[in-house]
Amino acid sequence: MNFYDTIFYFFAFVTLVSAAIVVFSKNIIYSAFSLLFTFFGVAGIYVLLNADFIAVAQLLIYVGGILVLLLFGVMLTNKVVSVEMKTGTLQTIPASIIVAMTAGALCGVFYMTDWKIVRSVPQMTTTANSLGEMFMTTYLLPFEVASVVLLVALVGAAMIARRDRAIQNLKPKI
Amino acid sequence: MEQLLKTIFENDLFVYVLMAVVPLMWVLPYALFAVWLERKVSAHMQDRLGPMRTGGWHGWAQTIADILKLIQKEDIVPKAADRKLHFLAPFVVFIGSYAAFAAIPFSSAYIGSNINIGLFYIIAVSSLVVVGILMAGWSSNNKWSLLGAMRSAAQIVSYEIPTALALLSIVMIAGTLDLQEINHMQTGWFWNWYLFKKFPFVFIAFVIYSVASLAETNRTPFDIPEAESELVAGYHTEYSGMKFALFFLAEYANMFAVSAIGATLFLGGWNSPFGNFMSGPLWGVFWFLSKGMFFVFVQMWLRWTLPRLRVDQLMYVSWKVLTPWAFACILGVGFWTML
Repeated sequence: MNFYDTIFYFFAFVTLVSAAIVVFSKNIIYSAFSLLFTFFGVAGIYVLLNADFIAVAQLLIYVGGILVLLLFGVMLTNKVVSVEMKTGTLQTIPASIIVAMTAGALCGVFYMTDWKIVRSVPQMTTTANSLGEMFMTTYLLPFEVASVVLLVALVGAAMIARRDRAIQNLKPKI
Repeated sequence: MEQLLKTIFENDLFVYVLMAVVPLMWVLPYALFAVWLERKVSAHMQDRLGPMRTGGWHGWAQTIADILKLIQKEDIVPKAADRKLHFLAPFVVFIGSYAAFAAIPFSSAYIGSNINIGLFYIIAVSSLVVVGILMAGWSSNNKWSLLGAMRSAAQIVSYEIPTALALLSIVMIAGTLDLQEINHMQTGWFWNWYLFKKFPFVFIAFVIYSVASLAETNRTPFDIPEAESELVAGYHTEYSGMKFALFFLAEYANMFAVSAIGATLFLGGWNSPFGNFMSGPLWGVFWFLSKGMFFVFVQMWLRWTLPRLRVDQLMYVSWKVLTPWAFACILGVGFWTML
């Protein structure tokens, strides 16, 4: 086993173990925090695949954005408002059917795809430049659509947050 | 340097570990020195003397004595605390702030990892610190800790935006995210530094970055997460001994990291300000560290000069002042670059 294999197995181990904790832990805070290690492990695997830009984007978006937001939500409800939040086992049969179907589909994709195996990986060149060029040329439309979707989400969030005040303004003033 | 070490030791793994440990050899003595400096700077600004006895000359050994004391202290964990997360939090915070050093170029010959997206990486890993702080605040099971952690996370997340936007205007001029290449572009006399290019846009971006980086390190005037008059010590209230020392070390490491990024992007990093005079890999280390330490000094200076902001003022500064100006800088630099 060479150096890179060791690193790969390390990251794979971190990802799998922490993902298992996310799913099986009864304490929702543990689930939220072990997501940190899952994201970290996945980022490490991206780096091994020469996708450094995606790895860093993964860290920035998932750890810096989504995980912090998640923790914020969990903490505010759990400790400050003192609501007991527990994960339990509900709806076992429909859940297992859906899980079996998803797993089957994923395995199908995995076995039917014609994986390209490259023996020697070329030395990493600048990924950021080519990604940027692709975003501005080939994938301009999806890129713009994604930004519009994000903008709509932002406006929607602001609308929901300010709805109380808007409704109060609508009421006739006596 | 990596190639040289590889030919000397002929063991890749050993060289990688060595490359990773080099910044630590700077961070640890620097933190000891900076804590002492902070106390001296604060003392002299308030017309006091500060520590004067330990070690003789101006109490130079005071922080060494302090760290020895901290090592011997009992590690107290509150009964109601969540033991696992309470244990893990200081490590996550320190790893988050130390990870940034992997991509900081200390000299033309030394950079931990010469990845071509170094700047993006540094912005991304700094978010690990937020998770660690939330972990510390939540697991302590203490109102002050939790409030401090909440404030800290809200503050760091909001100030990341103006920081990143201010850095983007430099990226647009340089056309690269590689910090070593950004350094090479600023070679020559000090007027080649990006600070003096595209006046006044980059200068404004520099001011925005300095203000926002102060907030990112939780330092006065943005120290509401650990506001001692309201929250005892914020998220690390319930920590003692070496774990507390790790938080302290992480804070000082973070101070140097943001200063180093500022120095690299705006003030030429390891470049000598006088052209070829005193330039070279070893002089590069000298210039880089002195520029970084200058910013660290400025952070201390501001801390002991300005009062603390209120929470609403803090958010006002980030969202209504710094972010729009940062956008204006990006637009200005963008149009100028296209012309």
